Amino acid sequence: MLYNQPDPLEVKVLSRRFTLPNSQSIETYLANDGYKALEKALGLTQEQIIDEVKASGLRGRGGAGFPTGLKWSFVPRQSPKPKYIMVNADESEPGTCKDRLLIEYDPHQLIEGVIIAGLAVGAQQGYVYIRGEYRYLIDVMDRAIDEAYAKGILGDNVMGRGVKFHLATHSGAGAYECGEESALLESFEGKRGNPRIRPPFPAVAGCYQSPTILNNVETFCAVPPIFLHGGAYFAGLGTPKNGGTRLFCLSGHINKPGVYELPMGFNLMRMIKEVGGGMRGGKKLKAVIPGGSSCPVLKADECDIAMDFDSVAAAKSMLGSGGVVVMDEDTCMVNAALRIMKFYAHESCGWCIPCREGTTWLKKLLTRFHEGMGQRSDIVLIGDLSKNMLGRTFCPLGDAAAMPTIAFVEKFQDEFEAHLDGRPCPFEKSSRLVAV
Amino acid sequence: MADLVKFTIDGREIETAPGTLVIEAAKKNGIEIPSFCYYEGLTLQAACRMCLVEVEKMPKMQVACTLPVGPGMVVRTDTEQVRKARKSTLEFLLTNHPLDCPVCDKGGECELQDMVFRYGAGESRFTENKLHVDEQQWSPVVFYDGPRCILCFRCVRACEEGMGVAALGVINRGAMSLIAPNRGDHLECDECGQCIDICPVGALTSGAYRYQTRPWEMEHVGTICTHCSDGCKTTLGVRGDEIMRGNNRDRSGVNGEFLCAKGRYAYDFYNHAERIQTPMVRVGGKLEPVSWSKALELVARKFGEIRSRSGEFGVIGSNHTTNEENFYLQKFARNGLNTNNIDHHRTGDVVTLIDALSGTSGQLATTQDLYDKKAFLIIGTDLAMEHPFLSYQIRASFRHHAAHLYTITADKVREEDYAVRTIRRNAGDELGALEDLRANLAAEAELVIIFGDSVKGDAVRKLVEFGQSLGNAVKYCALVDYSNSRGAVDMGLTPELLPGYHPSGASGPSVKEMLASQTLEALWVVGANPLKSGPMASKKTFVVVQDMFLTETAQRADVVLPAASAYEKNGTVTNVCGEVQRLTRAVSAIGVKTDLEIIGLIAKEMGLAALVGPWVPDTVYGEIRKTVKGYNIPLAMLAVQAQQTAPVNGRVPVNSRPELIQSAHDGLFTSGTLGRYSKILHSVMESRESRSQQEEMAHS
Repeated sequence: MLYNQPDPLEVKVLSRRFTLPNSQSIETYLANDGYKALEKALGLTQEQIIDEVKASGLRGRGGAGFPTGLKWSFVPRQSPKPKYIMVNADESEPGTCKDRLLIEYDPHQLIEGVIIAGLAVGAQQGYVYIRGEYRYLIDVMDRAIDEAYAKGILGDNVMGRGVKFHLATHSGAGAYECGEESALLESFEGKRGNPRIRPPFPAVAGCYQSPTILNNVETFCAVPPIFLHGGAYFAGLGTPKNGGTRLFCLSGHINKPGVYELPMGFNLMRMIKEVGGGMRGGKKLKAVIPGGSSCPVLKADECDIAMDFDSVAAAKSMLGSGGVVVMDEDTCMVNAALRIMKFYAHESCGWCIPCREGTTWLKKLLTRFHEGMGQRSDIVLIGDLSKNMLGRTFCPLGDAAAMPTIAFVEKFQDEFEAHLDGRPCPFEKSSRLVAV
Repeated sequence: MADLVKFTIDGREIETAPGTLVIEAAKKNGIEIPSFCYYEGLTLQAACRMCLVEVEKMPKMQVACTLPVGPGMVVRTDTEQVRKARKSTLEFLLTNHPLDCPVCDKGGECELQDMVFRYGAGESRFTENKLHVDEQQWSPVVFYDGPRCILCFRCVRACEEGMGVAALGVINRGAMSLIAPNRGDHLECDECGQCIDICPVGALTSGAYRYQTRPWEMEHVGTICTHCSDGCKTTLGVRGDEIMRGNNRDRSGVNGEFLCAKGRYAYDFYNHAERIQTPMVRVGGKLEPVSWSKALELVARKFGEIRSRSGEFGVIGSNHTTNEENFYLQKFARNGLNTNNIDHHRTGDVVTLIDALSGTSGQLATTQDLYDKKAFLIIGTDLAMEHPFLSYQIRASFRHHAAHLYTITADKVREEDYAVRTIRRNAGDELGALEDLRANLAAEAELVIIFGDSVKGDAVRKLVEFGQSLGNAVKYCALVDYSNSRGAVDMGLTPELLPGYHPSGASGPSVKEMLASQTLEALWVVGANPLKSGPMASKKTFVVVQDMFLTETAQRADVVLPAASAYEKNGTVTNVCGEVQRLTRAVSAIGVKTDLEIIGLIAKEMGLAALVGPWVPDTVYGEIRKTVKGYNIPLAMLAVQAQQTAPVNGRVPVNSRPELIQSAHDGLFTSGTLGRYSKILHSVMESRESRSQQEEMAHS
């Protein structure tokens, strides 16, 4: 089910077919420019494909924002091993719900993007790793893959052009950690989903220790439009070095939560006020998590920024996965920090000490603190423990838990202090968990 | 060799081989970078984050255990930031650690204690509730205390990578993560105990050792395991006259830190309740305890009588007694009792191998070769069960050097899991498959061929002929069963060979023939149990047995003399690869004497002491050095490390009597008489049997 009605401010590139009847079917897709980008890409060399993606300014939509064309160019040309394309559909970042729509409403766009990625590096096999909780999407994806095989788009002779490309789905088993690329690969290979030591990166040694392109669903979905309209067109949609549009997932205390496709660099305050329909119940804005739970929170007065990777980074947060969580004046920031830490303590894989022990300690500490059993020294301790995790863990999960916590303590010290001395949570009555 | 890389660590400029990890380069230069999960020889984890160091031009601290040195790299291991990181990691580690050091077995030799002492904070800021799970028993010898576990995954890797068993894994997530055994609530594995040994804390503890002692109450005696022929060094923890544990944490000896279940636990026969501790003499059909002097007097008198009328003696030696005892025994038999009738249980055809290799040198494999070489042909043996250490070496070579393995066996063996080619042949028919492997084997630059007792006599010659025709560097290893099986042959415990493979020029009966003989007047058995397989033919023969237990043979004896175990004596033994090593006495048992002393006392009682010389191990070894080719190695050198003996480099023109060669094929939990009296080996086998019975009942 779509979350929301399209908004006039949206620039619908990736999501333009969402509202078409039967948008999942290959017929609808073919009738609306479907597989035309692939047709074009089949006439290009590997260098030309990668150059086009570089020209588009597309940056990874999973959260890190790494330039996609550059990532693809890291795959060694000459490899004695087969190469693979891996789609990261393990969408689990709290606040993020865009990949499910991209698969549910336009699975063929993803397939097309994956095949083009295959052409770019000479891979003949792709996999879609779908989070276990998205079981129904596996059916959607499998049906689309079957259709593509039936039409000769996937298979030993892609569109009759003598190129081989095969695609299959793989189910995750319910671990946030498996959204981290190397843990995803471990899980895919049937092992415990622990992250791998990097380098080597997946481009060199990924799936089955072979060169692998691993990108987010949205990243692959952006590829067909790039070839349909040209890299320059896509780049022109966004801001410099931040090409294209982005599916922003607006949630929290706003009137019109939903997934909106907006150009990169769209102003956050406008996003809340105009696209999101303003604050629910006319309340005041207190804070925004701009890109999923792992991104440092922004105070209301910090929200007048362009939503692209570089501008949000300049505001000392991250654009992340596009999960914009809006919190109003009644939200308890201690509780928000606790809610996020509960998630990370639950999802820490247990591999490295700082993350494993740090998240659990912070969860217990924040729980006690929120219940009014905190001491002044605990406020320092919360920040200190987070800093002891930051940059010292094996994979980014530890940072993802530490960064928002540090920001909550630094930016809302007064709210932490308001919980001291056995006082009940000042937001108790109205405090409802934010939708993270 | 590639050029050395120059880098700077703590202000010191250091040169090291490219690819060296910072943590290793630091260690080689006397700089300690602390770590839990980094373990030499096992895969890298980078999980514990203790080894974080500062590297110039890198934005954040780096883990030294996965970072190779780079040219011009500047590393700092002793800055405020690094010290703080170490302290905070330890603070995190201790949050859910029970801190039950006062009762923990590991207390005093715990890496976590040491780390906290050196790098940590005595004070914790953690005031929440600790997580707790109950302790579990996974097998008679393995206990797991989850809260103590720091999740360094050493045990998981030691089991999977080192042993090739993969019986341990991780369950749950985050702080609830636990190590788990392969059968849900219990282990089914080799019970080698390496996981316990490698555990830096008291999470994995040994059923044989737990809550028995404190580490600082023990003396640590390095000696050689007395079970199979691999010759593993085992360091016995001794308190008073009690052996508390066996391990080899100092990595001395040929085996490094490797030990199997037998080496680690099965010393425990030494204080078995049925141990004989007083001489016994048959009186009126029953064995009655007597004093040593009475027993020795009786033996000397009987032996003297038989000797003076040139009656027929039979002497059976042991696969477990020391080289000195074996040498001394055959010397006394040949020169004192004037008999060539001396034999032992032969378990592998070393004699033919040495003969077939005459004129060559350096073609007998050492245990180190089994790690260093890059290709192995394994014939007719289940190496992982019968020779765990040799199997471990080859597995390590596969992991570290991508060694190629080829197997020709009757049944599935563990080596097949990573073999290039596997051929199934019945015992005795294995060599028929050789030509099939010729192309593969000839393509290898170097090769070690290891063969069991099914290859003997002419088959050994055929195998060597094949090996020498491959045109590459081939080494060989003829497997034998027990801790000094090889030494028994070297020391001339056969009628046809004198010490050092010199033909005796005379013939004599084999063990079997002695037992079948009706004319044998005296049978002297030193540390062997030949009657296990059946009774003696002659009822009249005067039988003298030296042993630790009342074995089938001892029960038939007229005089039983209680002997010391390998852990109660000094001397040397020679392993399957011909490496001679020193036994060091760890404990002493009341009432017993070493076989060397017993032989000497019998000689003395017979007035023949001058013939055999003093029964002092070092003196006898001195004589061995002079007499036995290849053994001219100073004891001082043996004290440092094992030395391979280099036997005769010429023909051994005798019939090796292949029909007598028969391995007992002892597995992981059996070991002849010694295994029968090991409580731990029994408990392991019993727990397996009762489990399989329970499972059968559950299925029926």
